[in-house]
Amino acid sequence: MSPSVSSNAVASPVARGAGQRIAESLEQAIAIIGLEARKLAHDPSELLFRAVQPALWLIIFGGVFSSIHVIPTGAYTYLQFLTPGILAQSVLFISIFYGIASIRERELGIITKFLVSPTPRFVLVGARGLSASMRGLSQALIVILLAIALGVTLNLSVTALAGVVLAIILGAALFSTLSMIIASIVKTQERFLGIGQLLTMPLFFASSAIYPLSIMPGWLRPIALANPLTYLVDALRTLMLPNETGLYPLWLDLGVLLGVTLLLTAIESKLYPRMAQ
Amino acid sequence: MAAASDPPILVTRDLTRRFGDFVAVDRLSVSVRTGEIFGLIGPNGAGKTTTIKMLTTLLPITSGDATIAGYDVRRDAAEVRRNIGYVPQLISADAQVSGYENLWVFARLYSIARAEREERIRDALQFMGLSGVADELVKNYSGGMIRRLEIAQALMHRPRILFLDEPTVGLDPLARDAVWEQIERLRGHYGTSLVLTTHYMEEADRLCERIGVLHRGKMVALGTPAALKESLGRSGATLQDVFIHYAGEEVELSGGYREAGRTRRVAVRLE
Repeated sequence: MSPSVSSNAVASPVARGAGQRIAESLEQAIAIIGLEARKLAHDPSELLFRAVQPALWLIIFGGVFSSIHVIPTGAYTYLQFLTPGILAQSVLFISIFYGIASIRERELGIITKFLVSPTPRFVLVGARGLSASMRGLSQALIVILLAIALGVTLNLSVTALAGVVLAIILGAALFSTLSMIIASIVKTQERFLGIGQLLTMPLFFASSAIYPLSIMPGWLRPIALANPLTYLVDALRTLMLPNETGLYPLWLDLGVLLGVTLLLTAIESKLYPRMAQ
Repeated sequence: MAAASDPPILVTRDLTRRFGDFVAVDRLSVSVRTGEIFGLIGPNGAGKTTTIKMLTTLLPITSGDATIAGYDVRRDAAEVRRNIGYVPQLISADAQVSGYENLWVFARLYSIARAEREERIRDALQFMGLSGVADELVKNYSGGMIRRLEIAQALMHRPRILFLDEPTVGLDPLARDAVWEQIERLRGHYGTSLVLTTHYMEEADRLCERIGVLHRGKMVALGTPAALKESLGRSGATLQDVFIHYAGEEVELSGGYREAGRTRRVAVRLE
């Protein structure tokens, strides 16, 4: 055995303090997020295809409903009201199928390589959730640029935009982790796609994305309030619309998103290792 | 090379895994010496992959114990993971990024110090003969190159023991030879102990110092290739004969649709 091997092959377990463990976890999370960034850089086509749908919603759906004035949106034009909703929707749509990557990696065997590494499960899952945020942010850029092109007045101050970035990171992490949980449970592409399709529309319609909670039928309102998408929409509306106060305070919206994301990450940390068994 | 007095790198005692009523691995007790190349052979479904998955912390152990590099696999999974490398039967390199990027990620997951990272990646690429294609996307690699990249990935953190599950499945004979040659050099260069499974008996014979024959989850024979061949009591016996002697009647019945599908998928992807 060469001397260099014996000297650094094994780190002493005694020397691993909490500080070092946190530093290592951070490094590991950066690695996983960095891998995703490199994948997107090698092939950004998905991001562009994904942008078509929000564009259609804004231009066609938004255009039609703006002109007929049937949805009460208070002081805002319907397009103003709709823009944060469509942004939230595009974050949902791009995140809710993220679990397909886990299924592909399970079929290939890539997943085992991550699970035999010393990366703590929570870090592995959490970092994957955060990686999905990059996809969500790309959608934000496209939706915001499109809204500006359509002449929609939005609050684009630095603080507002920073808040939008944070809300999207949380929202994308939340729905992509939910997606990974579904992937861990159903394990096959066919079932996963079926369930993904099944979930998307109810999540979307039972939220305040395209109409306010106030015009929802009474039975739908509690469902909408239990739907995390409602809180993402509310946060984005509060941030992006001039002088909007939102249904709830911003801290509550973001707190709900963070809390649910952490809960889902904890659940997936238990389920994810089963993908390799 | 490791001294004979070194403690064994891997010890299992009554290692058992059940799936419901099915006993996939049945009270396996084995010890692998530091620096040894240890082979596991046996028909599909004999428990080879299940054994490796338990030892690599991927699959919970039903009963019994396993110790790797002095760490209990059940209690100190995190420390065990730091000390092992694993090349699964399925493909574990990511096709969407380059060879270099595949290694870059794992250098960070294994907390290799920033100062050493580039050098380790370069070394691993060079050792596995991949320096020239480091920046190409893995989807453009050949099957043999993918396998070598996966081995590079698994050895970058200098594991004390490397688990290779069917490292040459789906490779053509030339690529297979290249992979085995690298594995042999790896042991010589880093002193890494190796546990591997294979279906290619000539290769197991040539490479492994000791071989365990698994049959229906039990270790039915264990010894050096020479001793195993001798145990049949006839001259000119090959390891193939040993395999058939201990597990022969199972060959036709084993595997099944799922197993066949997986193996062929790997074979197709590696082409």
